[in-house]
Amino acid sequence: MDTELASPRGAPPGHALGEIIFRYACLGAATFLLAALAGVVVSLFIGGLPAFRTFGFGFLTSTTWNPVSEVYGAAGPIVGTLITSFLSLLVALPLALGVAVFLVEFCPSRLSRPIAIAVELLAGIPSIVYGMWGLFVLAPWFAAHVQMPIAMNFAPDSLVGKIFSGTPNGANIFTASLILAIMILPYMAAVFRELFLTVPPQVREAAYGLGCTPFEVIKAVVIPYVRRGMIGVIMLGLGRALGETMAVTFIIGNSHGFPHGLFDSGSTIASTVANEFAEATSDMHTSALIALGFLLFVITFIVLAVARLLLREAKV
Amino acid sequence: MTRAARRRAINGVFVALCSIATFIALSALVMILWTLLSKGLGGIDGMIFTHDQPAPGSPGGLRNAIVGSLIMCALGMAIALVIGILAGTWLAEYGAGTKFGHVVRFFNDVLISAPSILIGLFVYELLVAPFHGFSGYAGGVALAFLATPIVVRTTEDILSLQPGALREAGMALGASRAFVIRKIIWKSARTGLLTAGLLGFARISGETAPLLFTSLGNQFYNAKLSQPMASLPTTIFQFALSAYDDWQRLAWVGALLIAVAVLFINIVGRVLARETHRS
Repeated sequence: MDTELASPRGAPPGHALGEIIFRYACLGAATFLLAALAGVVVSLFIGGLPAFRTFGFGFLTSTTWNPVSEVYGAAGPIVGTLITSFLSLLVALPLALGVAVFLVEFCPSRLSRPIAIAVELLAGIPSIVYGMWGLFVLAPWFAAHVQMPIAMNFAPDSLVGKIFSGTPNGANIFTASLILAIMILPYMAAVFRELFLTVPPQVREAAYGLGCTPFEVIKAVVIPYVRRGMIGVIMLGLGRALGETMAVTFIIGNSHGFPHGLFDSGSTIASTVANEFAEATSDMHTSALIALGFLLFVITFIVLAVARLLLREAKV
Repeated sequence: MTRAARRRAINGVFVALCSIATFIALSALVMILWTLLSKGLGGIDGMIFTHDQPAPGSPGGLRNAIVGSLIMCALGMAIALVIGILAGTWLAEYGAGTKFGHVVRFFNDVLISAPSILIGLFVYELLVAPFHGFSGYAGGVALAFLATPIVVRTTEDILSLQPGALREAGMALGASRAFVIRKIIWKSARTGLLTAGLLGFARISGETAPLLFTSLGNQFYNAKLSQPMASLPTTIFQFALSAYDDWQRLAWVGALLIAVAVLFINIVGRVLARETHRS
């Protein structure tokens, strides 16, 4: 806006050195951010290289993860990460949209602010708290009221029994997804709300003026207006779910290999790293875990980059 | 059913669904807070802040973890504030509109949401493996990497809100650009900069994953940054997954302390931010 006026050319000579030092300190700090990101990629890649070299493409497709025989295949954690993320998105997306629409369109204005703040605070609670709640409250309840009835009423080899097979202790892929959903719900709702508020009031009022019901305004005017941004928010939620560590580590059951059913225990990339890294038994074990981290970085980076590109024009 | 009635009915269902969704989200918040209060509040006694973590079966507190968390968060915030405010200043004052500015802003936004456990792995490779030891330094640096992008983003937002006339006035008096930024813009935005720090602090104070293999944890009291250091989140993690009732009780107390601290910092930050926007 004022680049012309603010050009350092006009600065008095006595200030020149301080000006240059300050300017380059700021530039250096900004460059440091890029260096940090590059450092993460490079260090994870170098750390994971021995595992990639040894196991090759099989690292992605093998389900054997065995620290004793030094064979590492990451298919189990990769699939676990994808399943839990998509399941949690499936649960959280409609709820987050509902919350955002409610706050923007239907909520009495006196309540709207406190509820919006409560939702944002929910997004700020550390994930370890969600994890403990999942382990000590959700899991026992789920085992007693969902898993046991299903196990009692359906034979293990029936279709239902197969889909919902698993130890009835509440620590499984499904409950992990539920916890993830509760975690990304407030975050997505908060960004959806900001996004909906970017729709110009004239557009909305014009639709109301034509006699639209609120539902029709949302469907025909608001959502088309922010469609790209909405995909961005979904990707942001997905990025969160993919990398979420502690809450999942508490409740997913932490077993390697392929999950056999929805209620089977499993693992994600992040939970595997969190569980095993500090106690890694050998260099190859460490390298395999860092290689997992590299994979997670690549996946989340793509997802988050797409999200930011889609959200940039909405300025959210 | 007439067309109008049908449209009204659909709308009614839609309103009801949205209300239910909000109710579900809020009840999740209430349930989690309720569990925290009911399980954590009873465990708070004088020993929590004055005694270190106990062996299973004996009484004790969380002093070593609380002190460790405070020290590492302080180190993390010190680094994050310096780098974050400088980088945010560059984005708002020098780099606005430049290509490099766009690139930095974009990658900073990606960094904000990057999985924290990967930062832990990175700092392990950077500071733990080369020096053959877990340390409080590594923990603090890991936390700094997490807080910095938030400080950058908030600083840039706040500085961009400062009126251009303020810069022009300073410059018209013959002050250099750096002088104007440091003595006028920063000063006028100081509440906002404080908010930036608070938001970054709220983010890192509950972080567990990046500390697991940088500061590791320590069952004893330790205020030396060169040694492995306890922290509330890692102690909670260890205690919650243990088989001992009294350790689990302490884990709930710790979780309550962290949640209350994070909520409190977030609320203060929000109140300050609102005041800035008003003035």
